[in-house]
Amino acid sequence: MRVTVIDYKAGNLTSVLKALRHLGAEVEVTDAGVAPVESAESIVLPGVGHFAATQYLDVTGLAPAIRAAIARGVPFLGICVGMQWLYAGSTEAPIQPGLGHFPEKCARFSESHEKVPHVGWNSLEVKSNSRLLAGVEPGEFVYFTHSYKAPVTTDTAAITQYIESFASAVERANVFGVQFHPEKSGATGLKILRNFLAWEGKGTR
Amino acid sequence: MITKRIIACLDVHGGRVVKGVQFVDLIDAGDPATQAARHAREGADEIVLLDITATHEGRATLLDTVRRTALDLFVPFTVGGGIRTANDAAQVFEAGADKVSVNSAALADPKLIDAIGRSFGAQAVVVAIDARRDPDAADSVRDAQVFVQGGRKPTGRRVVEWAREAEQRGAGEILLTSMDSDGTRAGFDCELTAAVSESVGIPVIASGGAGTVAHFTDVFARGKADAALAASIFHFGVSSARSLKEELAKAGVSVRLPC
Repeated sequence: MRVTVIDYKAGNLTSVLKALRHLGAEVEVTDAGVAPVESAESIVLPGVGHFAATQYLDVTGLAPAIRAAIARGVPFLGICVGMQWLYAGSTEAPIQPGLGHFPEKCARFSESHEKVPHVGWNSLEVKSNSRLLAGVEPGEFVYFTHSYKAPVTTDTAAITQYIESFASAVERANVFGVQFHPEKSGATGLKILRNFLAWEGKGTR
Repeated sequence: MITKRIIACLDVHGGRVVKGVQFVDLIDAGDPATQAARHAREGADEIVLLDITATHEGRATLLDTVRRTALDLFVPFTVGGGIRTANDAAQVFEAGADKVSVNSAALADPKLIDAIGRSFGAQAVVVAIDARRDPDAADSVRDAQVFVQGGRKPTGRRVVEWAREAEQRGAGEILLTSMDSDGTRAGFDCELTAAVSESVGIPVIASGGAGTVAHFTDVFARGKADAALAASIFHFGVSSARSLKEELAKAGVSVRLPC
């Protein structure tokens, strides 16, 4: 499986690349050029850091290229900020629009006595029809590190509890997103990435 | 539910894991990549690698060690020791670290925290604080001092205030080592850990003094730690993170199990 990983200069890609290669993927990294996106077989948009960094995707023309690829049915996985970018935007950077594939907005965790960022291993309540999270059993944990989160909607593939319920995974047709870091989530994370790599556009819901 | 993290720490010197008390009488404890993989396999939630000598000449060795260690490691991986500039941090990230730990360089130039956070995100910056209480102070917790150079040199800064500044500058986590407890295996400094944890909104990793399972239970409950670092307790197969976590679960601590 060939995977095009988008580098939008928002931090460190090494771990994502390493995990994909470990699973046997042929990985191509792209930054400014849209050509690799236009011929992509599958796309991963990683992300650690600030939502404002996604401005790079607009400036370079990558955003419309990714939108077109998604419309062609190319499997897409957004990780962390890469998942949040699939929504209309985030209160972390109010003037920066997201892709708007999902119409809701991401927001900071509510004020509480709990710490923000949410850092560490937390569990997933997986929707039974999730393709990305197939085989993830109750009681399996994944690694999170984030201060902003997406709301729970009909597209939510998994829910996690921290301060409130939030969408820890989202999926609709060929578009997938995870708030956690599968590349840092041990065997469970590798299983999820393997599901993404193995998905060939079958079983759309 | 969010779980309390057990973090395995490897002290590295010249490309080898070493073990010793207060950095003297170092014993070779194996290859970092092999040891990190073993800890991850045995249930550690994260791995921290600290270059305890961190000489300029040793940078290439360290980067090679980080690269080899990160290669097949799929849990969060933090590297510390000798990171003095944002460029040093960039090289360590490129080699495969997920977070860097900064200590004396951040005290010398606190803007280093801002700089790394801006480029790599707050989640990638751990500020390590070596703390020592002043037994003569009116309030030994509030007046606990930040030390550098392995706890030898006082900085004149109060621990709690420095932790707050680190947070404001964009640190993602605080790694708090009690120099008083370190190496004693007599338990964490729970009072100091709680004081720091309650005065910042970011996670605090407790370090120094782990000797028994009860010490961990104590630092999560009384010390309000979000994670705890364990070094010598795991060395030479004394105990694994998994068996430690099984005991913690029995004591009612929420941990990642099975792992």
